[in-house]
Amino acid sequence: MAEVTLSKLNKFFDTTHVVKDVDLQIRDKEFMVFVGPSGCGKTTTLRMIAGLEAVSSGDIRIEDNLVNEVPPMDRDIAMVFQNYALYPHMSVASNMAFGLKMRKFPRDQIEERIKRAATILGIENLLARKPRQLSGGQRQRVALGRAIVRDPKVFLFDEPLSNLDAKLRVQMRVELKKLHERLAVTSIYVTHDQVEAMTLGDRVVVMKDGWVQQVGEPLELYNQPANRFVAGFIGSPAMNFAEVTLADQGGKVVAEAQGLRIVLPDELAARARTKMNGAGTPATLGIRPEDLHVAGAADSADHCFDVNVEVVEQLGSEILLDSRVGSALMVASIDPAVKVRAHDKLRLALKPERLHLFDPQTEMAY
Amino acid sequence: MAVTAVAGVGARPTPRLRRLEDERWLAMALLFPTALLLGLFIAYPFIEGVLLSLTSQRVGIPGKWVGLDNFVKVWNDSIFRTSVWNTFWYTAVTTVFKLALGLWLALLLNRHFRGKAIVRAFILLPFIIPTVLSTFAWKWMFDPTFSVINWALFHMGIITQRINWLGDPDLAMTSIIVVNIWRGVPFFAISLLAGLQTISPELNEAAAIDGARPWKRFWYVTWPLLLPVTMVVMLFSVIQTFADFQLVYVMTGGGPANATHLFATYAYQIGIGTGLLSEGAAISLAMFPFLFLIVVVQLLYIRRVETR
Repeated sequence: MAEVTLSKLNKFFDTTHVVKDVDLQIRDKEFMVFVGPSGCGKTTTLRMIAGLEAVSSGDIRIEDNLVNEVPPMDRDIAMVFQNYALYPHMSVASNMAFGLKMRKFPRDQIEERIKRAATILGIENLLARKPRQLSGGQRQRVALGRAIVRDPKVFLFDEPLSNLDAKLRVQMRVELKKLHERLAVTSIYVTHDQVEAMTLGDRVVVMKDGWVQQVGEPLELYNQPANRFVAGFIGSPAMNFAEVTLADQGGKVVAEAQGLRIVLPDELAARARTKMNGAGTPATLGIRPEDLHVAGAADSADHCFDVNVEVVEQLGSEILLDSRVGSALMVASIDPAVKVRAHDKLRLALKPERLHLFDPQTEMAY
Repeated sequence: MAVTAVAGVGARPTPRLRRLEDERWLAMALLFPTALLLGLFIAYPFIEGVLLSLTSQRVGIPGKWVGLDNFVKVWNDSIFRTSVWNTFWYTAVTTVFKLALGLWLALLLNRHFRGKAIVRAFILLPFIIPTVLSTFAWKWMFDPTFSVINWALFHMGIITQRINWLGDPDLAMTSIIVVNIWRGVPFFAISLLAGLQTISPELNEAAAIDGARPWKRFWYVTWPLLLPVTMVVMLFSVIQTFADFQLVYVMTGGGPANATHLFATYAYQIGIGTGLLSEGAAISLAMFPFLFLIVVVQLLYIRRVETR
């Protein structure tokens, strides 16, 4: 059992507050991903868990043991660094053996563990090489190997795939997922790539400016973002936002903006009503590009609007339309069979049950 | 069409200039200034020195060819033998201390603390001050009458009578060694610091997570990665120390009773002081095979370390 618990965790660099009151419970065997834009405090949080950065206030517990003052070598963790941090003067085998040697493992056991890890990662033929004789992907595997031979309580990953090219990144992502299923060790993974976060994480922590924005399973973040930041950060292409005013019209709540008049579905309307004070309450409407389509006969006029197409991005599997409604920009992902050109006028429909509403001041979801 | 385009660019280069398009000619043309300077100021004086050492020339007397007589004479000279021993001792002891202290300072300066830039600048002071000036200051500190060191030791109750630092043969050598270390540590410290800064801090972090205590991190990660820089710094330092002149010349002039002579100071004393030009040249040249051997060994070692 290796749970990692962060409570009221804070970090100051001089006067700069970079990690703010982070409360988090990472479960045993869980793959937890920290995601957020650069400077959001995710790497600093990871480094505090590793013991590479002192805690300013709050507690870090691994398996119920308070580790705030425990040096990294005594935390029984392994870390994979962004730049791999392989010892350049040692062979691949020595790199992997180093942690075991420091912990005084017997020689035969070291060799056995290296052999096993090398087999898992497919690097048996590289053991005698030096890091500089390896490609980026191979170095990445060696770095992983160095972590797994140790058989630690917790794996820490600091953007391990960001130095790989796009194709290799996808491949390693899959392998990491398989590896985690096979080893079943609590893992904490930092990335700025929301696709990595969505695909790898059992749960995902979204951070911004040192604050935790939302913690949840990938689909939870996608379907029920807690605020406008999470809504815009998770999902690609990003969610569309339009500034609207809410009004009660004949028992229905209607979101209106220039060129846009959407009748809210009952459930969302009920939530919106609690925030409405009279006519013309401002709100931010959110709709994902994949929840828009070209309007057909079956679509109610309540959920349709007219757009001017500005750019057509043909991706083969879909078409991304950059279009304009009044002053709002709407990106729509539509059927690739639709014939459309830039400057066309088009009627789009949305899935009303997929609408999101946010408070324009607090940016919290309704 | 192509012809008109080329003609339009301007005048064609002359045939002589065109010859530089051949890389062999270009290389020769570019190397010529360097070769000229090296030949004029290094090769020529060196050969002249060798020729001089094979004659019996003195100041005012052209001399004649005597073969290896000067070398035989020098070999049988007890002061020369003392100088050889002194030079090796001086070089070995100072290099060990300069490396140890320099490395220690470099490791300290590689940490983050307030006023780091100022401390780094101050560390360089002994290196920046002209050697003759700083050595005079040291000479003053070692002076039997005015010695501030004696004064301090006396007032701390460690000694009861004056120590004649530069008057006693063993103490004089030790004093010179101390001054050389003081002067040489900054070069080691700053060079090794530069070397340390090329080592990614992530490697140390990775080693810490791998379970290595600070001393083991230094021994298994920092030191092997610093070794190439260390070897180059040592090479420079050994060459300079082996051929050192100013410090001994100012502090003791080779005394007391020729006890602190190095190759260079003894060569100067015989060649210029006494006027035995050819004999002085022979002493100077005697340094060459030793130095050559040291340099070759170190360069081979550096190559091995770097290709590892």
